[in-house]
Amino acid sequence: MVQKNGRTNSQIPVIALHNITKVYQMGDVEVHALRGIDLEVYPGEMIAIMGPSGSGKSTLMNIIGCLDVPTSGTYELDGKDVSRLKDDQLAAIRNHKIGFVFQNFNLLPRTTAVANVELPLIYAGMGGRQRRKRAEEALRLVGLGDRFDHKPNELSGGQQQRVAIARALVNEPSMILADEPTGNLDTKTSVEIMELFQRLNRERGITIVFVTHNPETAEYCNRVVRIRDGLIESDETRQATASIHAPKPHAVSSNGHEAVTVKERER
Amino acid sequence: MKVLEALRIAMRALAANKLRSVLTMLGIIIGVGAVIALMSIGRGVEKYVTDQFAGLGSNLLFIAPGQITEGPPSLRANPVRSLTLGDMVAIADRSRVPHVAAVAADFQTRVQVSRAGKTVTVQANATTPEYPLVRNWNTTIGSYFSTLDSDERQRVVVLGSETYQQLFPNNEYPVDQTVQINGMNFRVIGVMESKGGGPGGNLDRSVFLPLTTGQDRLFKQKTPNGEYRVTVIYASIDDSANIPAAQEAITELMRERRGIKYLDQDDFTIISQNDLISVFGDILGALTIFLGAIAAISLLVGGIGIMNIMLVSVTERTREIGLRKAVGAKRGDVLIQFLIEAMTLAAIGGMIGVALGWGLAQIVSTFFGEFQAVVGADAVVTSLVVATAVGLFFGIFPAFRASRLNPIDALRYE
Ligand SMILES: Nc1ncnc2c1ncn2[C@@H]1O[C@H](COP(=O)(O)OP(=O)(O)OP(=O)(O)O)[C@@H](O)[C@H]1O
Ligand SMILES: [Mg+2]
Repeated sequence: MVQKNGRTNSQIPVIALHNITKVYQMGDVEVHALRGIDLEVYPGEMIAIMGPSGSGKSTLMNIIGCLDVPTSGTYELDGKDVSRLKDDQLAAIRNHKIGFVFQNFNLLPRTTAVANVELPLIYAGMGGRQRRKRAEEALRLVGLGDRFDHKPNELSGGQQQRVAIARALVNEPSMILADEPTGNLDTKTSVEIMELFQRLNRERGITIVFVTHNPETAEYCNRVVRIRDGLIESDETRQATASIHAPKPHAVSSNGHEAVTVKERER
Repeated sequence: MKVLEALRIAMRALAANKLRSVLTMLGIIIGVGAVIALMSIGRGVEKYVTDQFAGLGSNLLFIAPGQITEGPPSLRANPVRSLTLGDMVAIADRSRVPHVAAVAADFQTRVQVSRAGKTVTVQANATTPEYPLVRNWNTTIGSYFSTLDSDERQRVVVLGSETYQQLFPNNEYPVDQTVQINGMNFRVIGVMESKGGGPGGNLDRSVFLPLTTGQDRLFKQKTPNGEYRVTVIYASIDDSANIPAAQEAITELMRERRGIKYLDQDDFTIISQNDLISVFGDILGALTIFLGAIAAISLLVGGIGIMNIMLVSVTERTREIGLRKAVGAKRGDVLIQFLIEAMTLAAIGGMIGVALGWGLAQIVSTFFGEFQAVVGADAVVTSLVVATAVGLFFGIFPAFRASRLNPIDALRYE
């Protein structure tokens, strides 16, 4: 099974969905939101899930994000079956393995950028000092090294989304799930945010899954999965058509070594 | 998640809505404040009254005519049969009343006392010479009248401390000065210690003279068969353990002297200091129950207020809860966060209430001056614990609701 960016099956997929279905019971009516999804996503991929309204994107996203469990089928995250876990177990998985970026940022109001980024670390049980250090690192990585103590209402939309991205990164998750991350941003800012994602993906090897309507978002991805009526319609791997021309050198921090390795693999 | 972390989050959430937080606390503040204030004042009054009783003289029995249950003399159907000096002499007989240490009789009436153009109306205590001994009370200037003065019906008078100040505004040495009582000249021989107000009026505003002089020369209040009439007889008992026995012996003696038949009720009353203190204790007990009721009601109302606001808060912060769950908060984390928030709200309300109650108690003490409110540490601790428990109890339902929110729905909530 040699596929997707030339990776080999020796690698464990981050996401491995097998025949996933989701049925919602609406009174007497059963709504089949997902009808049997098979999908594998490998470390370092940047993938867009697209599809028309009502096709099941959000449902799929919730299952991938461990916010919900499938009606049937199995979901292995980093090789561990998570499809039958209880609420609190799912919470722990979300905390350790998944970073969320939402369309409307979902930052805590009246709370500084650093405190917002620290949030996942609080639930990971990390001590205050180390938390602050890690949060500051994450904020520097998204280019907000000078905005630690700004509150959301003191930040632009793009900056707020960067804070959200820093929050998604801070726990060093296996993947970042982003739901229409540029939906509330203007074109110029959207480009900046997508370039940030691309940079994080290329330089730090972070796996990113987008759910989007927006073809421009998909252009930054090297894989696009289209779903319709709860089934995968197409799964296309290709070179990202939109791309940052040169990686900003300052972003290659302590991890520069690894970033280079990823880039070399991509050649 | 550590409790400390939850506490910080709670403080921030409460600070974000200061006015609302304070309004929510109001029920608790008023409840705790009222309880602390009234309890402190109650204790102050209790201490004051106990001190007053202690100042009456040790191991004292009061014997007065009539039954207390009949109400004040003016309201009684039958005229009350007076006590007499003979009763006092009989009580003083140790063969009839064992354990009696000393007795005194006191006839009280109002008189006008004047000196150098100043006239005051005060209570006259026409007493036997043992009065200061029995009442455990001394003179500061001069001395009380002697048995000889009494036997000779001397026109001598001892002034209460306030009466002295009123008649001798320049602090002149009063002994051997003359004052007029109801127009009759009396020689001042002493001034009593200040005793302050107490049950039975303020004795500092009175004068003391021999019972014999008073009834032979001044008031003409003797009984038809020529006995000295007295208002109250004081009997001091050698030991507090013997008070019940003495009380019984005096009762028997008095019934016999007054010819009361076997089943008929006493037409006199014997009161011990303990009786007075226990009557007062009963009043305080009733007050405490009343306070408890106020506290319970206002804490209940305060608790419901907290529950209401916490429910509003949970709804308002649905997205926040959703987000916290999405990034890894477990049910328990959310539950603890909102429980602690409710408890913090109640505890802070309790603290403000304690401060308010303390302030109120101080104001009342200063205003009345006669007693000092006592804010007990136990009352403060109990109030705070109860307030916090109220917060916990009424916070459970909203917190449980928050912890059950589905993160998907919560994140979508507008
Ligand atoms: N909680 C739910 N209860 C019942 N039916 C649901 C629920 N959530 C989703 N559905 C149904 O499942 C189907 C897929 O919904 P989903 O939200 O996944 O679509 P989507 O692709 O995200 O659409 P959009 O692009 O409009 O967000 C729809 O028919 C929807 O009505
Ligand atoms: Mg959707």
